[in-house]
Amino acid sequence: MNNSRIAIIAIGAAVFMLGLAFASKPLYDTFCRVTGFGGTTRIAESAPDRISDREITVRFDANVANAPLKFRATQNALPVQVGAHSLAFYEVTNTSVSDVSVIASYNVTPHKAGRFFSKLECFCFEERIIKAGETKKLPVIFFIDPAIDEESNVDDVRTITLSYTFFQTDDFRGAANTASLD
Amino acid sequence: MPMDQVAAHDHDDHDHKPGFFVRWFFSTNHKDIGTLYLVFALIAGIVGYSLSGLIRLELAEPGIGPLTGIVEMLYGTSGPQAIEQTKSFYNTVITYHGLIMIFFMVMPALIGGFGNWFVPLMIGAPDMAFPRMNNISFWLTVAAFVLACISMIVPGGNGVNGFGGGWVLYPPLSGMAGHPGPSMDLLILSLHTAGIASILGAINFIVTILNMRAPGMTLHKMPLFAWSLLVTAILLLLALPVLAGALTMLLTDRNFGSQFFDPSGGGDPIMFQHLFWFFGHPEVYIMILPAFGLISHIVSTFSKKPIFGYLGMAYAMVAIGAIGFIVWAHHMYTVGMPSDMKAYFVAATMVIAVPTGIKIFSWIATMWGGSIDFSVPMVWAIGFIFLFTVGGVTGVVLANAGIDHSLHDTYYVVAHFHYVLSLGAVFGLFAGWYYWFEKMFGIKYNKFVGYAHFWIMFIASNLIFFPQHFLGLNGMPRRYVDYPEAFSLWNNVSSWGYALSMVATLLFFYGLVEAMVRRRKGEANPWGEGATTLEWTLPSPPPFHQFNELPVVKNEGGH
Repeated sequence: MNNSRIAIIAIGAAVFMLGLAFASKPLYDTFCRVTGFGGTTRIAESAPDRISDREITVRFDANVANAPLKFRATQNALPVQVGAHSLAFYEVTNTSVSDVSVIASYNVTPHKAGRFFSKLECFCFEERIIKAGETKKLPVIFFIDPAIDEESNVDDVRTITLSYTFFQTDDFRGAANTASLD
Repeated sequence: MPMDQVAAHDHDDHDHKPGFFVRWFFSTNHKDIGTLYLVFALIAGIVGYSLSGLIRLELAEPGIGPLTGIVEMLYGTSGPQAIEQTKSFYNTVITYHGLIMIFFMVMPALIGGFGNWFVPLMIGAPDMAFPRMNNISFWLTVAAFVLACISMIVPGGNGVNGFGGGWVLYPPLSGMAGHPGPSMDLLILSLHTAGIASILGAINFIVTILNMRAPGMTLHKMPLFAWSLLVTAILLLLALPVLAGALTMLLTDRNFGSQFFDPSGGGDPIMFQHLFWFFGHPEVYIMILPAFGLISHIVSTFSKKPIFGYLGMAYAMVAIGAIGFIVWAHHMYTVGMPSDMKAYFVAATMVIAVPTGIKIFSWIATMWGGSIDFSVPMVWAIGFIFLFTVGGVTGVVLANAGIDHSLHDTYYVVAHFHYVLSLGAVFGLFAGWYYWFEKMFGIKYNKFVGYAHFWIMFIASNLIFFPQHFLGLNGMPRRYVDYPEAFSLWNNVSSWGYALSMVATLLFFYGLVEAMVRRRKGEANPWGEGATTLEWTLPSPPPFHQFNELPVVKNEGGH
């Protein structure tokens, strides 16, 4: 092979790796969704068909990153039958005198339980306006996938914590466009 | 330009060299570019070394002290404000110490300097494959260094100039929230430029090594230094674009509203760590592999034996390079990854100890039964093997996720990577310097100064870094400007070690100047029968253009 041929192959390899670096963004998202990596939860269309005897406590955590909000879970924890679907509420209040645009992100711990935690309805990764002084009730409908009984490395899971964090989006241009994780 | 015949010429000024400006600024000659890289690395090395002096000065005693004086001078502040600024200033010092040593000292010296000088000579090539591209690589590296220096003196964040988030550049500290100033943007630009320079250099090495070997020199007869540069170049080619990608995402996150690493928009700062270490881990092998290559030559030369297990040595480097790409997450055990993943990264990381062990044992086996000449380069090489092994052993300790949870970001880690890089790669650099000095410059150095430099440096660097193991095991975190009283003894010892290393550094420059003033005429091969590679068949210094008639490698050649 002549010099320029090898050089072109080498440049190709470099460009390929550069592409791979950028492809890692969608790959990483897909990977997280498929494997539940880092506590990424599942979105489900329908409830599962069977309910097992196992009971897991689901705890609810609420955080505010940078918005003038009061944000709390209406209940601290719920005992949940694996496979049964449950309803929980969060409550958010805008404590400022102007409307704010906010967005929530979430995950569950332990991370390994993420892929068994499925949500039928949630308030995540959608930009929403909360008017000055307004209080909103936000429902989460979820269930724990019965497949959790079949895997031995999640046998020790007795408690799952669902955690939400609200961010103000005014600071972040283009937030709505990149809210693609969900 | 007339064609010179290698044999017909003496080594002095019979070559037709261009005038000073054209020769050094438009240089396309691999030896001149190699020299430029070495001079550049010396200058950058002085800067990086001075920064580490500031670190040891500050940490010599508990409390925030000596650096405050510098801050008061630089920013005209005083009192509590100056103390606050000192904390940030310290962070910028450690950041630029790391970046400059990695990108502008070790890499230019080992790859740009020795690589450019000796890969063509060792494989019997007249020059690099793309001489002009070689020139571009060098001047881009200089431009990158200038950008890094500017980044040091423009506003970063937290009330001081420069970026203070550590060489790993993790967001959100490297994002707008952590460092809103232009310093970080300049640093990104600097690393992009340095990255492009290294990628071009890597392509040059790959093409040169694959296409321009002398007749008869098959890949399996090629000197190990050329092998090490080939593997290094491939690692550069595959790792640096990933850093470039991560830095570009960081740049757009900072300036154009993207949210790759911002959780409020569905991004993930941990993804930066994955991308960074996918580059960062091969990067540490990029820094050490060329040293592996040249240490093999030195050990073989002064044991007067061919290197033990040549093929094993070559493929050990290939294996280290390949495995180096699949172990990156051992730098981030504490981010909360699942146990299964940790188990994988622990196992994969430990596997690297196998090819590395092959190299260490082969060096020892080469020396075994040899008629060893403890010349200056040989003592540096043996020092390298000793120190690198110490660093390798602590590396195996840190590979364990369980242990790493307690040692992560402590001085134990600092001691580990300085043993393999600061003492490993840098001792390799000095070994190469004393091995090839006479060949490159055609003059002899003072051996006594070389020995004195070695012994003082050896004692000093162990004094600096060995106590840091104790500090780390006792829980002293890295990147902190201050520490409790309990850590003061070993910090003090470490700082005295630095003071001693200044003596060694002065000796190094004294030796350089002394050799240049005395101009003792160098021999073509000062090392005798053990020096079998092609560069020793040429006069010292080699003619401006060499191997116009390609050397032919006979069957029993190469080691």
